[in-house]
Amino acid sequence: MLRGLLRLILRSAWQHRLRSGLTVLGMVVAILAFGLLGTVVDAWYAGAEGAAANRLITRSAISLVFPLPLTYRERIRAVEGVRGLSWANWFGGIYKEPKNFFAQFAVDAESYLRLYPEFVVGEAPMRDFLRDRKGCLVGRKLADTHGFRVGDTLTLKGTIYPGNWDFVVRGIYDGARKGTDQSQMFFHWDYLNEVLRQRLPGRADNVGVFIVDVEDAGRVAAVSQAIDREFANSRAETLTETEKAFALGFVAMTEAIVVAIRIVSYLVIFIILAVMANTMAMSARERTAEYATLRALGFAPAFVAALICGESLLLALGGGLAGILLTFPVAAAFAARMGTLFPVFNVSGATVLLQFGCALTVGIAAALLPMRRVTRLSVVDGLRAVA
Amino acid sequence: MLLSYSLRNLWARRLSTALTAGGMALVVFVFAAVLMLEQGLRETLVDTGQPDNVVVIRKGSETEVQSIVERSQAALIESLPEVARGAGATPLVSKETVVLITLSKRTGDKPANVIIRGVGAAGIPLRPQLKITDGRMFRAGSGEIVVGSSIARRFQGMGLGEAVRFGGREWRVVGVFDAGRSGFDSEIWGDVEQLLQTFRRNAFSSVVFRLADAAQFAEARRRLDGDPRLTLEAKPERSFYADQSAMLANFIRILGLSLSVIFSVGAVIGATITMYAAVASRTAEIGTLRALGFRRSTVLLAFLVESLLLSLLGGLVGLAAASLMQRVTISTMNWQSFAELAFSFRLTPEIATETLLFALAMGLVGGFLPAARAARLNIVSALRES
Repeated sequence: MLRGLLRLILRSAWQHRLRSGLTVLGMVVAILAFGLLGTVVDAWYAGAEGAAANRLITRSAISLVFPLPLTYRERIRAVEGVRGLSWANWFGGIYKEPKNFFAQFAVDAESYLRLYPEFVVGEAPMRDFLRDRKGCLVGRKLADTHGFRVGDTLTLKGTIYPGNWDFVVRGIYDGARKGTDQSQMFFHWDYLNEVLRQRLPGRADNVGVFIVDVEDAGRVAAVSQAIDREFANSRAETLTETEKAFALGFVAMTEAIVVAIRIVSYLVIFIILAVMANTMAMSARERTAEYATLRALGFAPAFVAALICGESLLLALGGGLAGILLTFPVAAAFAARMGTLFPVFNVSGATVLLQFGCALTVGIAAALLPMRRVTRLSVVDGLRAVA
Repeated sequence: MLLSYSLRNLWARRLSTALTAGGMALVVFVFAAVLMLEQGLRETLVDTGQPDNVVVIRKGSETEVQSIVERSQAALIESLPEVARGAGATPLVSKETVVLITLSKRTGDKPANVIIRGVGAAGIPLRPQLKITDGRMFRAGSGEIVVGSSIARRFQGMGLGEAVRFGGREWRVVGVFDAGRSGFDSEIWGDVEQLLQTFRRNAFSSVVFRLADAAQFAEARRRLDGDPRLTLEAKPERSFYADQSAMLANFIRILGLSLSVIFSVGAVIGATITMYAAVASRTAEIGTLRALGFRRSTVLLAFLVESLLLSLLGGLVGLAAASLMQRVTISTMNWQSFAELAFSFRLTPEIATETLLFALAMGLVGGFLPAARAARLNIVSALRES
């Protein structure tokens, strides 16, 4: 019985090869688009995903644009529960053209890399980097995008810090995990500060953010409050939050875009649902006489309904699976095209599950109307029907 | 006659017509919404500038927030002969400070960076589009601020009469202004000297001045570039703000249009399936038409018209839905200025035309193969089919 059903389903899908083929193709495109959009949304959240639970970010309470004095270093270190400390300044330089955007940080190298073990650097390049005042480290993905090699000089045009700045690539770091951002550049905060002291003494000895390593991840809330209390009512009040909250703050600022992408990704599912439902309605209408014959032969209405549902699922899942498989190479190609704009761009397991779920839902939903019609069909009317 | 034949055919298979047109309508909706959003963003930022205003910022700094203009440099700009003079021969020059402050939104308590602009006495007359709608203008030398309409609506402590604390002191909102849906609607304004003091700065961010004659811009720029004491660059205000929309506008355009193209594949497939079915079920009818003396080209046209009508229906429904989006305001961070910016969807006649053409193109592509099959049918074998 079941084998007969399967054979009938395959036969009826095969009978209209062109229509079935087109429907499957539409399904492939829709599921592929859905998967890519889901991956784009994931990429938005990548920074928050990679955050460690015991790292805090301390910045000016007014906004990130305002620096903190370097002297806060000792006072933060003295706060109970703080194990390590580093600091960084956003550099915001332009490499050749604004469209080549990538993140550049002036960091206190030794302490910074100790706090971020996910940036993996070999021993020799690390030594070279620490020794060279004008040296820098670049991520693997960044190096691949712009063809940076160890020993190259790269020039950045400063937007926040005026002038042209030359750096020598001393090492390329890899990510400890797949989700680690490998498109950043780090150089010595001391170098930035020295130049500022000569050229713009008013802006020297300033820090963009402090990164605080907390001994016990369970006490981050208490420690961050203690830090902010330390500087309350001072010249530069601070705002300390976990690295994750800090990253999510950035996501929230562009939330409208994320929401729009989410809505659009579900629209594509509705578009393909309309196409699938149309195909199934046609298929069922043409076979009304066939279905009536089956019923007259004694097959239960449920059998006929299963026939329709089966065909719909066959087309939907066939297209869906092909779409899922295609998502991986297409996402890889897309990531290569976008370069460092999306530092992390990986298709997640959740996305694949959602894609499968959508294909399944479309398959069942498209068959509902024809199924209802066929189970209510009177055999006599059906036999009389001409497609 | 051709038209009514095609129309009746569409009516005969209502469910298929509705589903296919519905799919197309969704694609058209996305397409139109993207164009409208891009248009809204551009208009918002371009309208922010006045044609005869000039913005001067430090060379190399792309935005006002990153720029620094020393007091001595600002004084030199003030003395340019091209600067327009207002009442009492005071130069129409506003020395401004522009910084970002982090505020929480009313809904969801989410943080966002908002531009706060300190302006001089000439700052208001330089922007005639700015009108106080509630309350009054801030008094110079006081801790008062006025806020743009979209800031008042969206942010905590930013309503008229409310107070907000930043930079170690309280600021009272004494007025809400409307800047004609320009970028200033997403800004907070206060007295420049008060704000400089609060943020412990002694240099300005930018200098804005009115040209006595809009044609003298090149002259003024040459003078600024020629002065070795000034490491500044001058831009007409309109193009200064238009440049700030470039990155976000491009992002919206590229993402939106590639999505539209991908989605249109689905809609075209839907149209093709519907039209193939229409041809298949009317084979005998087509044979009769041909036998009556209708030409192949007429049959081809009849089915193409049917497909075009189908897509026009989808296009109109999609466009109607998209036009409702004009009531929606999007608020997001502009990457270039790193600040929150509110803008809305704008429908223009060009966008409506483009959208309908896009819909018709989908109908044409989807209907062509089925129509060609109908036209190629052999009369005898078609008539035999029942």
